[in-house]
Amino acid sequence: MKNNSRRGFMGKAFGAVAAVGALGSLVAMKRSWDPLPSVKAAGFTTLDMSIYQEGVMVTEKWRGKPIFVLKKSAEVMEKEAQNPEAQKRNIKVGEDNFMVAIGLCTHLGCIPAFRKAKGDFLCACHGGQFDASGLVTKVPPPRGFDIPPFKIDGNKLILGEVGPEYQKMKETGVTL
Amino acid sequence: MAHFTKATSVKDWLNQRLAIEKVEKVMASEYWIPKNINFLWAMGMVLMITFTLLLVSGIFLLMYYQPNVDTAFDSVNYTIMREVDFGWLWRHIHGVAASVVFLIIYIHMFTGIYYGSYKKGREMIWISGMLLFITFSAEAFSGYMLPWGQMSYWAGMVITNLFAGGSLHADALVEWIRGDYVPAQAFLTRFFMLHVLLLPLAILGLIGLHFAALRIPHVNNQDGEEIDFDAESKKYLDGDKKGAKVMRFANDFMSKDMMVVGIYLVFFFYLVFWNYSFAMDPVNFDPADGLKTPAHIYPEWYFLWSYEILRPFSVDLGLILFAFAQVIFVLLPWLDRSPNAIAANRRGKPFMIWFWLMLANMIVLTAMGKLPPEGIYSSIGFVSAVLFVAQWVALPFITSRETKV
Repeated sequence: MKNNSRRGFMGKAFGAVAAVGALGSLVAMKRSWDPLPSVKAAGFTTLDMSIYQEGVMVTEKWRGKPIFVLKKSAEVMEKEAQNPEAQKRNIKVGEDNFMVAIGLCTHLGCIPAFRKAKGDFLCACHGGQFDASGLVTKVPPPRGFDIPPFKIDGNKLILGEVGPEYQKMKETGVTL
Repeated sequence: MAHFTKATSVKDWLNQRLAIEKVEKVMASEYWIPKNINFLWAMGMVLMITFTLLLVSGIFLLMYYQPNVDTAFDSVNYTIMREVDFGWLWRHIHGVAASVVFLIIYIHMFTGIYYGSYKKGREMIWISGMLLFITFSAEAFSGYMLPWGQMSYWAGMVITNLFAGGSLHADALVEWIRGDYVPAQAFLTRFFMLHVLLLPLAILGLIGLHFAALRIPHVNNQDGEEIDFDAESKKYLDGDKKGAKVMRFANDFMSKDMMVVGIYLVFFFYLVFWNYSFAMDPVNFDPADGLKTPAHIYPEWYFLWSYEILRPFSVDLGLILFAFAQVIFVLLPWLDRSPNAIAANRRGKPFMIWFWLMLANMIVLTAMGKLPPEGIYSSIGFVSAVLFVAQWVALPFITSRETKV
């Protein structure tokens, strides 16, 4: 009887030590799978917004994803004037207006192509279409292009940092 | 210390230390197999042989493959395919076996369903088998990443995206799985580790469990007959080999088993030497490019049926039904409420129709998953996916009405 209670105690004591060890190693294992600091540090892209030309779509790269940068012409801005949805997505750097968005179709993640003549985007995978503001004009995509976190710094745009303009878009549900 | 005597032979020496004769009896010559079976009972051995082929060819590929985003593609397509003598052989064996192993798994699985081999004490065989199916799926997916071609990259992107859980937008979880914002170096190295170490270890363990689960209930037979293995094996050992309902695993059963394996291997190596291209997607011969999506992203044929269940629905519903399809087979022993553990065709019309419809529907789903989701294909895919779910929901009701045959 005495032996049994001693063994019981030893069993519980071992259980406690093992549980702490198991928990600790789980934490270590989880953390080992986290993105490395070097990966995170490379998660910022700075764009000089003064070099883009109107109506020319340029694909940049941020965190391995394509970023569509389109400087909007006066015509596009006129069209947008009647569309508050589009206006909310507009990114104004200095005097210029831009569409900056993650260039992945929100349906299944294919990369839509820019059609210069029409000034819009067509996804070859399932036929989704987006206008120059990044809004859906033809389904299946469930929502317009996602906008990457950005911060405006003079005529530069820092992707990956959260500025007040982006914060507002996020809060009002313009982007995810 | 235990008592040892001077050995009279090498065999005796080993016997005293390892009891090899006893082990041989337990594992082979006195492991009893029913006589009323057919060639479908050889699929387990066919799978074992295919797994061995994967292991051996994998070892040779492992000596030249480089898990680095800059060199992986060339180490496969140049070094292994052009420089290494017979490198092409290992790669084609590995690729063909990875595809064919799923064909055999599906045959093995549907044989089990047809003959009711998951019932009456055989539940653990079924569960360990389904766990093996899931682990093999993970093994196939992780291996598909390694050549680091376009399909590797985009399949990796799409499959890891599933873990965002649709509207849950669990992007942090997806980034944790990848170790990066997109599939990159960390992703490739960890899937390499999973493919060559952790998942093979799990598979070996599960194969052990699968075999152990067989020992007490024994292998099922064509008639679902309950056999008294003690009495029948005694009959056999007493000399009435003809009258006994059982035979030895080795050499009686094995001799016929290996005959089927032989025919299978002829077919297998025909594919390896002359028709391997079905296992090598042409799109994957373009190096991975994160800024260019292939026009159609589709998985290998063995995942198409579950992919087709995901596809016709909105993101969230699709994910829920996809998860349903992945786990529902595991629950089969409990969803089948019938008291009968016999062949589907003898259990009465309802289950017979259920079985053949399920098999046919999974073939239809597989075909639709490969075709672009447009027009009539998309409608057929939708109906098939709904039918798949409906069949599983109906199963307990259909089977509980069955009477004992």
